Amino acid sequence: MPVRTFIEAIRDGLAEEMRRDPTTIVLGEDVGRKGGVFLVTDGLRDEFGDARVIDTPLTESMIVGTSIGAAVNGLRPIAEIQFADFIFPAFNQILSEAARMRYRSNNALGVPMTIRAPYGGGVHGALYHSQSVEAFFTHIPGLKVVIPSTPYDAKGLLRSSIRNDDPVLFFEHKKMYRSVRGEVPDGEYTVPLGRAQVTRVGSRLTVVAYGLMAHYALEAADRAAEEGISVEVVDVRTLRPLDRDTLLSSVRKTGKCLVVYEDNKFGGYGAEIAAIVAEEAFEYLDGPVTRVAGPDVPGVPYNHVLEDWFMVNPDKILAAVRTLAAY
Amino acid sequence: MAVTPRMSNPLPNDPLPGADVGLDRAELVAMYRMVALARAIDERMWILNRAGRIPFVISGQGHEGAQVGITWALQRGHDWIAPFYRSIATCLTFGMSARDMMTAQYATANDPSSGGRQMPGHYGHPSHNIVSVSSPVATQILHAVGIALAARIRGTGQVAMTFMGEGSSNQGDVHEGLNFAAIHRLPFVLVVENNGYAISVPSAMELALPDVAARAAGYGIPGVVVDGADVLACYRASKVAVDRARRGEGPTLIEAKVTRLTGHSSDDQQTKYRAADELSAERGRDALPHFREELRAAGVLDDETIARIDAENRVAVDDATEYAEAQPDPDPATALDHVFVEGVEGSF
Repeated sequence: MPVRTFIEAIRDGLAEEMRRDPTTIVLGEDVGRKGGVFLVTDGLRDEFGDARVIDTPLTESMIVGTSIGAAVNGLRPIAEIQFADFIFPAFNQILSEAARMRYRSNNALGVPMTIRAPYGGGVHGALYHSQSVEAFFTHIPGLKVVIPSTPYDAKGLLRSSIRNDDPVLFFEHKKMYRSVRGEVPDGEYTVPLGRAQVTRVGSRLTVVAYGLMAHYALEAADRAAEEGISVEVVDVRTLRPLDRDTLLSSVRKTGKCLVVYEDNKFGGYGAEIAAIVAEEAFEYLDGPVTRVAGPDVPGVPYNHVLEDWFMVNPDKILAAVRTLAAY
Repeated sequence: MAVTPRMSNPLPNDPLPGADVGLDRAELVAMYRMVALARAIDERMWILNRAGRIPFVISGQGHEGAQVGITWALQRGHDWIAPFYRSIATCLTFGMSARDMMTAQYATANDPSSGGRQMPGHYGHPSHNIVSVSSPVATQILHAVGIALAARIRGTGQVAMTFMGEGSSNQGDVHEGLNFAAIHRLPFVLVVENNGYAISVPSAMELALPDVAARAAGYGIPGVVVDGADVLACYRASKVAVDRARRGEGPTLIEAKVTRLTGHSSDDQQTKYRAADELSAERGRDALPHFREELRAAGVLDDETIARIDAENRVAVDDATEYAEAQPDPDPATALDHVFVEGVEGSF
């Protein structure tokens, strides 16, 4: 099976969907001539032309708001926000408009739009090129939020996101673009939205993670196994709608749950996972639901020593695994 | 801005008003009927509110002439509009019925705007190409620009028109949308209904210039100021803009100077911030009597026709009110529906 980097899988997914569906368009800052600042959209303008691959002004609200209108009038826009950190000028359009259009029109109008954005730290991006923004959006009913961790999932989930008739936020960890490789089959396949995956089977403890943290969780699990601690890893993949069954089945089996996320700890997405586990699997727990997450500072600092201090890594996860396993 | 209607009897060979832009006698009567119907519905809404039948009203009184004149230039069922919360006459002109309007006031289960989920004033109707209205102002500008972009890419020949007040004109989405629409010469028309107030704040505190339309120059597009009390002037300005958009020559900003005859909403008391003599003078800028007298002077309307139209509108409003009163509320069991296309979370 061919091996692709994370970024190649996303690029291939975009190109194949644009070939398949002439109503798809890509719009965003530098997505055309340059092919995106990370080159995710490289080559799309050459193949599909200016009309379908649109370099926009630096106006994030316009990128999203115009995509909403285009979706209402028969297109399937794929908007790129250059960095997830810059999505906030579009927050009102996403929250007040995209997420609510179907509900407020009583199902008369939908917004089949995908918003892609690179997120995450560990690449010397500092406060404004490193943020994890998923919790702002997973809070909002009406939005689907996807964070893939493998090239296979990235391509398959991107296809499902583009084909879905509701707005999807598709966040790509930028550190994974070129550092993560994996097998991606030729030909058309999809990965359904709303399905988590057990990426490692274990018995004593469940680690729940997504994106880059899903990789770090597997690394920590490997090392824990050397110490005799059998760790199961659940890769959430679609944060909303959440696959509660896979999550709860795993925790009911292992009896312990560690939630890992890169975002600031307080009020992060993992807090909701912890609450669901506490509410719905309480009788099965024999240890506290625990979180490993980013510290509660307003952003990821730039200096490499400070950035390393901020970032969740396999060592920090392993330490938490040991503590929780000891209960 | 006041209009001086012709008071003399028309000579037999005088062209009808609006004949220069292709309007015939029947259309003029239909336009008048629409302005009067919007007013009749609006007045009924206030009565129902003060009688405790409906909890909230947001009014379009004073805007109706501009809305009918401007919307009349679009192709109903083909073009798109993204209205705002005062767009009663616009939505009626574009295909919604008196019953559609009144079920929205009552928030009934079969209210086509939202099935009772939104406040009154948040109209929408997909089969008439009317985008659902929200409350944060000016967001709809970008939706209309996106609709125009899709029309361009799909080659549908559609024009997208959006409506807002001058208060909304200061929002960033207006700038972002006009800029993008102008760059790509999209088939897009922005209508600013300037009634001089953003709730209580007078336009001198909202704008450093008297005309929002002056901003159009900054985008390299035409900006037109039109008297919102002059229905046919509004139609002419709109027709120029719509024709231009449809030819692929890009967007236009039309600013209609209108008046707000009521408070901002049923929860607002405008005498707190507007003087009695100002309110009295503003009555003189109401398009409805101006249009009626213009058409009467041109021999298009006579007392009998006016009385008949008023009676027919009253019947329509009575019917819509009785109809809406009789419709069931939404079932709370449906309140989780349509969060997603698949239904509720966890169902797929």
